[in-house]
Amino acid sequence: MTGLVVIGASYAGIQGALSARDAGYAEPITVVADEAWLPYQRPPLSKDFLTELATEESLVLRDKAFFDNKGIDLILGVRATDIDRQSRKILLGGHSALSFDKLLIGTGSHARKLAVPGADLGGVRYLRTMQDAIELKASLRDASEIVVVGGGFIGLEVAASAGKLGKKVTVLESSSRLLERAVSPVVSEFLLDMHLQHGVDVMLGETVVSINGQNGRVTSVSCGNSARLQADLILVGVGGLPNDQIAKDAGLDCSNGIAVDDHGRSSDPDIFAAGDCATHYNTFARDWLRLESVQNAQDQAKAAGLAIAGGTGPYDSVPRFWSDQYDAKLQIVGISRNFDDQAIRGSIEDGKFSVFYYRQGRLIAVDSVNRSGDQMAARRMIAGGISPSPDQIRDASFDLKSLLKSANGVGV
Amino acid sequence: MFKVNFVRQDGTACVIEIGSGVSVMLAAVRNGISGIDGECGGCLDCATCHIYVDDAQINALPSPDAEELELLGSVKAPRKPNSRLSCQLKSPFPIETLNVHIPEVQS
Repeated sequence: MTGLVVIGASYAGIQGALSARDAGYAEPITVVADEAWLPYQRPPLSKDFLTELATEESLVLRDKAFFDNKGIDLILGVRATDIDRQSRKILLGGHSALSFDKLLIGTGSHARKLAVPGADLGGVRYLRTMQDAIELKASLRDASEIVVVGGGFIGLEVAASAGKLGKKVTVLESSSRLLERAVSPVVSEFLLDMHLQHGVDVMLGETVVSINGQNGRVTSVSCGNSARLQADLILVGVGGLPNDQIAKDAGLDCSNGIAVDDHGRSSDPDIFAAGDCATHYNTFARDWLRLESVQNAQDQAKAAGLAIAGGTGPYDSVPRFWSDQYDAKLQIVGISRNFDDQAIRGSIEDGKFSVFYYRQGRLIAVDSVNRSGDQMAARRMIAGGISPSPDQIRDASFDLKSLLKSANGVGV
Repeated sequence: MFKVNFVRQDGTACVIEIGSGVSVMLAAVRNGISGIDGECGGCLDCATCHIYVDDAQINALPSPDAEELELLGSVKAPRKPNSRLSCQLKSPFPIETLNVHIPEVQS
């Protein structure tokens, strides 16, 4: 069998297969995934799935009907181990092989492991996959004292979920503020207050020195300041690393992810990559980025799917992210790092505000908390290269959407 | 069983049965109806599941809440009186077969 082979039933992998098919790709398409589940929604794994508002069944993203309708073969529970670029084959578990004309790698990312003594004790958990979430949910039921290592998206979302379940939760963050890599100090401060108000303890500038246990199970965490926290469950959320080993082994250019152009094409013109496993030059951030988000996975895979089908539609979306914690809906558009000015719209006290970030007078990113209208307008402004002045942002009576209409007469 | 009739830009249509509690967005994504992305999974974060409900049926559906209206205010395809976010339309409907039209572009 030839045609398109996709490694990974991820958001990126499936979207790439779908976009190729929709763009007229008529050859066979086969998706191979090491996980046993039909493609599933990942963002709820740290939220509604843990609090039992969502189930394995409700999180199905692509049904069997999808694969039948689109003429896509799905092979689940089989790991692709090698790419043989000479003979245009991928090897499956070392025994069988699949030939390809075009290959799309959508292998995602894995959790960075905590490298301290005791990190392999029972009760130390990570969250990335459905299997991780099933195990974490089961552990949460019996746990009473939970330590979350890492104040990033996953750590904070799990902290909020565990708090909702009535558990005692402590978040340890090694930097001086929460969500440091994604938001500015204003938003970090808001999130800190919110978690504290909900009864979650947060220790900033705090590192884990060792994890201690008894009979193979975690019992406490020793911190850098010599404090010792009792714990019967530890969730580690200290970042992700790309699943790019298979590409490295095949000699494809990789640097914190598989390097791809704006069509998702790797250094081999017939091999594409998209999503968490890939790194690309982002025209909005003006830098190479490896993004872990649904938006990036889907939009990058759309560009790859089009290119695989012989079309063209480069990936040029503005990056966007979201996180739901308690009653706060945090939405982010753009990449705010390196900002040199900011303006706040709305009220931080009321928990409804947006922070607009500038670099050299150019609007580069906006974080919104419970201000979807700002966020939606900001998306189009950044995509269209429109920068309202900081004074316009601070002026509640100024209509942001008026800028979108006036830009070219018909809206951006 | 309730059904959704998805009408594409080119006028072709596809009818899908929809289980109880499942949104129109999720039914579209699960079945491979292109043109409805549903990036956020239905938590009102992304506005990538915009659709137009058949004019004759729009008033039979529960009205959109404030958050949905806020997002609809900035969808990329033209916003019309019958614009909705399909993640907020869940079976069972007051109509046996809901007719929805897919816009040219999502946000």
